[in-house]
Amino acid sequence: MTITEITIIAIAKIGLVIFVVLTACAYATLAERRLLAFFQQRIGPNVAGPFGLMQPLADGIKLAMKEDIRPEKAEKYFYSLAPLITFVPAILVFAVIPFGDTVEIFGYKIDMVISDLNLGILFIFAVTSLGVYGVMLAGWSSGSKYSTLGALRASAQMISYEVAYGLSIIGVLLLAQTFSLKELISQQVGFGGMYVWSQPIGFGIFITCAIAETNRSPFDMAEAESELVAGYLTEYSSMRFGTFTVSEYAHMIAVSAVATTIFFGGWQTPFEFLGFIPPVMWFSIKVAGFMFFYFWIRATLPRFRYDQLMNFGWKFLFPLALLNTMATAGLRLLK
Amino acid sequence: MENTLDIIVFWVSAAFAIGGAVMMVWQRNPVASALFLILSLISQAALFVQLDAVFVAALVIIIYAGAIIALFLFVIMLLNLRGESFGGRSEGPGRFVKLGIASLVGAELVYIISMSIIPKLELGLQKAAPMNFGDVKLVAGLLYSKYLYPFELTSILLLVAIVGAVVMAKRDENEKPDADLVE
Repeated sequence: MTITEITIIAIAKIGLVIFVVLTACAYATLAERRLLAFFQQRIGPNVAGPFGLMQPLADGIKLAMKEDIRPEKAEKYFYSLAPLITFVPAILVFAVIPFGDTVEIFGYKIDMVISDLNLGILFIFAVTSLGVYGVMLAGWSSGSKYSTLGALRASAQMISYEVAYGLSIIGVLLLAQTFSLKELISQQVGFGGMYVWSQPIGFGIFITCAIAETNRSPFDMAEAESELVAGYLTEYSSMRFGTFTVSEYAHMIAVSAVATTIFFGGWQTPFEFLGFIPPVMWFSIKVAGFMFFYFWIRATLPRFRYDQLMNFGWKFLFPLALLNTMATAGLRLLK
Repeated sequence: MENTLDIIVFWVSAAFAIGGAVMMVWQRNPVASALFLILSLISQAALFVQLDAVFVAALVIIIYAGAIIALFLFVIMLLNLRGESFGGRSEGPGRFVKLGIASLVGAELVYIISMSIIPKLELGLQKAAPMNFGDVKLVAGLLYSKYLYPFELTSILLLVAIVGAVVMAKRDENEKPDADLVE
């Protein structure tokens, strides 16, 4: 392949991934509303198009038409910058996620991943660790009490849970002996080969911290509408608010994709007899499963109190993650 | 560093790394300073990636950009420092003393760097890093063998600092809580 061909393929891949992820975000909002309605025995949005399928489009248009308000006390530049700073890390994770096996299109062999990094997992954690800045800046720059309180809570929570979040996957890394997502996936063959079975505690901690990292219920202290109006989002309106919403869902999908890749074998087919379903579909099904879990949890559990949340993170999840790491390392040495 | 693209990426990240550092010092707004520091660190990480030291790049971002600066910003927000907090321009004869000290330190730095580091540098983009520079195994090996004691001592120092901070921040048990905070 020449340089030009490589460049064209890379740009096409990036464009396709961004398009698919943004569309998925739009429909995740609809899925969430429909499912929450189902859990709460309501009907939910079903008027716009068949099954309410045009609802995300209508929401988007509505947001774009609204007035873009900037409070007088707001810090001008940071207030505009915050939505972008939130959006970029959320979408950047998809740069290293493998969506499927190598395929041949028009005679070109194309990897279903934008960039196959050797240290893919480290890249993901590096990018995720930058996610906290958007929230912090949004709350601080709005110049209102609710926003600042929400941002302080959110950033304290994200910093605290990031520790256990990082430790939770060390068990898998010890077993797999690699940082490469591609190799991780190739090691998890079949239903029994998934790392979720050999690292159940690690997975439990990972998924709990993932929900806290994305500021979702029951860890949505940052927004807590009953006490903080809408936390760091209080002053935002129109498309700036829309960007935050899209980032939140992109972040959720990204975390689901990471969990799928590390613990559930990525695009690998879990059962032989279902081999006719293509790898990309398997990947999507697994990610969709995690998204369903997110909505299900939201409908089921009430919100944590702030001190409970901090105690749970530091006094339960963190020591448990450390123990899990030590036990796995010990077993690994004994082998 | 074979092709033009690499060279362009190098110069752009180098410019952002230095520009970010300069702007960090220049800004009066503490939040802007912290953000420029992040910009500088991310550009440095890009430079490390160009040296094939992806591991070091990831560490720079995870530890410095992700954790330490986040704590800086957290403190800035908690104390609610705004643009004016660093004071205005200094007036009166005192500023000449400040200027003198600053130039002295600056001159000293320039002297040390030009005498000790620059003559040893092998110029040219390719020669900057040895083989396996920043390889995971290499870093781990050095950290747990040659530099084990310094590494452990630093950890103890940090632990002492954390314990000290907790002791200082913790309210006296006998002291009455603030009337405002109790309903």
